[in-house]
Amino acid sequence: MRSRGRGLGYAVAVVALLTFFLGPFVWQVLTSLWPDDQLGRALPRSLTVGAYASVLGGRPFVRWIANSLAVAAATTALCLLIGTAAGFALAKLEFRGRRLLLGAALAISMFPPIATVSPLYLALRAVGLRDQLAGLVPPYATFALPMTLWILSSFFRQLPDELYQAARVDGCTPLLAFRKVLLPLAAPGLFTTAILVFIFSWNEFLYALTFLSSPEKRTVPVALSLLAGEHKEPWPEIAAASVVATLPLVALTILFQRRIVSGLTAGAVKG
Amino acid sequence: MARLSLEGVRKVYRSGVVAVHEVTLEVADGEFVAIVGPSGCGKSTTLALIAGLEQPTSGHIRIDGQPVEDRSPRERDIAMVFQSYALYPHMNVRRNLAFPLEVAGLAREVIAERVRETAALLGLEGLYERRPRELSGGQRQRVALGRALVRRPKVFLFDEPLSNLDAALRTEMRGEIKKLHERLAATFIYVTHDQAEAMTLSDRVVVMHEGKVQQVAPPREVYEAPANRFVAGFFGTPRINLVPPSTLGIERADGLEVGVRPEQVAIGRGGPPESALAAQVYLVEPTGAETWVTVALGQARLTARAPSDFVPRSGEAVWIQVDARHLHWFDAGTGRRVSAPPSP
Amino acid sequence: MGTVSRGAPSRGGSLAAERRQAYLLVAPAVAVLAAVALYPIGAALWLSLHRHIVVFHERSFLGFANYRFLLADARFWSALGHTAYFTVVAVSAELALGLPLALILHEARRGRGLLRALVLIPWAIPTVVAAKLWAWLLNPSYGLINRLLGGADINWLGHPVLALHTAIVVDAWKTTPFVAILLLAGLQGIPEDIYRAARVDGASSFRIFRSITLPLLRPALALALLFRTLDALRVFDAIYVLTEGGPANTTETLSLYAYKTLMRAGDFGYGATLSVVTFLCVALAAAALVRGLGRGWEEAR
Repeated sequence: MRSRGRGLGYAVAVVALLTFFLGPFVWQVLTSLWPDDQLGRALPRSLTVGAYASVLGGRPFVRWIANSLAVAAATTALCLLIGTAAGFALAKLEFRGRRLLLGAALAISMFPPIATVSPLYLALRAVGLRDQLAGLVPPYATFALPMTLWILSSFFRQLPDELYQAARVDGCTPLLAFRKVLLPLAAPGLFTTAILVFIFSWNEFLYALTFLSSPEKRTVPVALSLLAGEHKEPWPEIAAASVVATLPLVALTILFQRRIVSGLTAGAVKG
Repeated sequence: MARLSLEGVRKVYRSGVVAVHEVTLEVADGEFVAIVGPSGCGKSTTLALIAGLEQPTSGHIRIDGQPVEDRSPRERDIAMVFQSYALYPHMNVRRNLAFPLEVAGLAREVIAERVRETAALLGLEGLYERRPRELSGGQRQRVALGRALVRRPKVFLFDEPLSNLDAALRTEMRGEIKKLHERLAATFIYVTHDQAEAMTLSDRVVVMHEGKVQQVAPPREVYEAPANRFVAGFFGTPRINLVPPSTLGIERADGLEVGVRPEQVAIGRGGPPESALAAQVYLVEPTGAETWVTVALGQARLTARAPSDFVPRSGEAVWIQVDARHLHWFDAGTGRRVSAPPSP
Repeated sequence: MGTVSRGAPSRGGSLAAERRQAYLLVAPAVAVLAAVALYPIGAALWLSLHRHIVVFHERSFLGFANYRFLLADARFWSALGHTAYFTVVAVSAELALGLPLALILHEARRGRGLLRALVLIPWAIPTVVAAKLWAWLLNPSYGLINRLLGGADINWLGHPVLALHTAIVVDAWKTTPFVAILLLAGLQGIPEDIYRAARVDGASSFRIFRSITLPLLRPALALALLFRTLDALRVFDAIYVLTEGGPANTTETLSLYAYKTLMRAGDFGYGATLSVVTFLCVALAAAALVRGLGRGWEEAR
């Protein structure tokens, strides 16, 4: 029973919101196709892919993407490996310190990253991991692992208790019940967690900026921030680089929107 | 042989809540025991303790004389049918049935044979490849039963297995479970909140209330000689009438309460027979097979079961009569049953 | 595990052994968290008590001298002020924008999924990209904003007050979708029947929103407030990319000040002190919020 006016007001609101949230993007795409010499005009008279050629050809762009990919993949793999079993235990098993662990995970995810930079810098340098991509995985785990634990324990908790009990009565040890019954059913949760951890790792900036110094080791966010031209900032190139760098993320978001939303709210609304 | 015994089994949760107070129970081999009571009475917890899904705070649980209270479920040789069936959603019917045997590490041929046998017994052939979500409620119930049967355990545990079925299906499945018990002659422990289920299915009933056992007796005895006010009120539809003796014209000064079942209350119009009491109709509920008439008698109300053609109007004057031989006497304070006292 | 009293003499048994499996399952996670989170905090605390200039390999114990210095450090107090201001304004804006956005997403019938996805894009991209995006829009010479303002010449990032607010806009642009998603989940948790009952009782839409929706949304609002506040207090990426704390440290936040002290000046001792104090500020805010909101949470349940 929506009145006409209501429908119109709604449409206007949607347009306004989309403009605000996606407008800058659209503008960025336009900028990436803007010829350098026409920047002074209000709108470009022609479009060019020169910026893309320069970014993809002239810069070690593929290298940066490979770096980000490596770190994000490694972090995701580590967190899933360690966090899945722990998430199950937190959700379904009784043990002392369970609430403490969940609380600690939450507290740790609230750390300011800057707080751990100094000792981590020294520690990584001591073990020779300072300028190495692998050295980023432990600091990333600081935030990715608590996130994993919270999301996965919430997903496991949503699986009916009676399923676990039936498996126990059917002769499974807790570990076997986990492997054969609960883990297959938690696959969607694992997928969601992987997406969120991946996005977090890909976007991370402070640690990547601090712990990596060699230009060829840069991850995408750091590389983008350091993109400099001879005279002024090469805006079309920056725009092109931004578009290319965020295309995979945009695709991920559109494809897996439902999972992302369920992951973000997992455990949150349920407390 | 599959004897089960609980000795002083007690379960206290870390929050201080006492779920089960000192339960002691002996179940003979092949017996069908129903544990019945309202929600929160501790019956499901007791079942979980027997299964090994929870550990008792104190006390012993023995299966065939062996103490098992420290053993995990897999070492107790028990099987359980859950209220929600708890079928594995990602496995088809065949794998659901085979799963316990796979876990036990039996040979492939043995597994196949047992699965086939069990499916035949329960009428599940033709459903092998289906997933649980493609089955009806009754079919899922049978697969849950099958998964328990396939293991040939010492003790079968049932946790309100019929609660999720609609009334017609429930009655049908109830009969099937009873038949199954006759056929297997195995030890069944059956938890339910439905007193009719407990009465029709079991050899003995364990009545629980607030974590304590109220009475352990065959169904007939629980109905005809309830151990206390709670048990009397729990069994029988409509509920037993519990009134002060003065309501029935019996004067006593020793603090007793009297109970009389609706089917023992005669009711009629017109000229009252000797020793009848005058009453006024309060509520009339025709059920089809009979009429339940609730009357007001002084301060109290009594319900009587009358033939279906007796349909008085609200407010009408009627008489009721109670047979003194069918009265139940309870201590008004403790609620405990006392034997029929001599008339003063 | 062993806390429940057992009358029987037998100990252990397979039930206890299986309970121990739980510890096995969580052990790796606990170990990793202890190593990458707990150890560094402790180490940072220790570092903050020293004078440690990395480049000169200089290291000496100072006790609480660093902290005394900090209390008198004007730059620290400025940074704290900037951070507090940033937090209050940004979080308010995000909640104020996020609620209407959540309501709109909630109303959407067709294309709800696509709408949510599109709105999530700002959240999904690196903060660096978001910052660059807005920096270009606000470019004094070529930026769209200035052009739309009729060829104005405002130097958004060069003016102290404007620069901080620009950072706030970037942060709000990027994180409002997250707030909206949290609030949307809260909205979806309100049973449709309650609205129907209210309408039958004759309540207007506004009245329903004020007396039913908002109160029932309190847990979600509280959660969004908590998360966003803690995130805003820790802000680094956006400010670094937009202004690097400039002009003249007028947009410098706590994290940024600590970073510069550590990596530019190489002063690990004082840098650690700043880091620890930042951590304490966040912890205090968290405790205060959880305490204050916790009550409201329980009421709404």
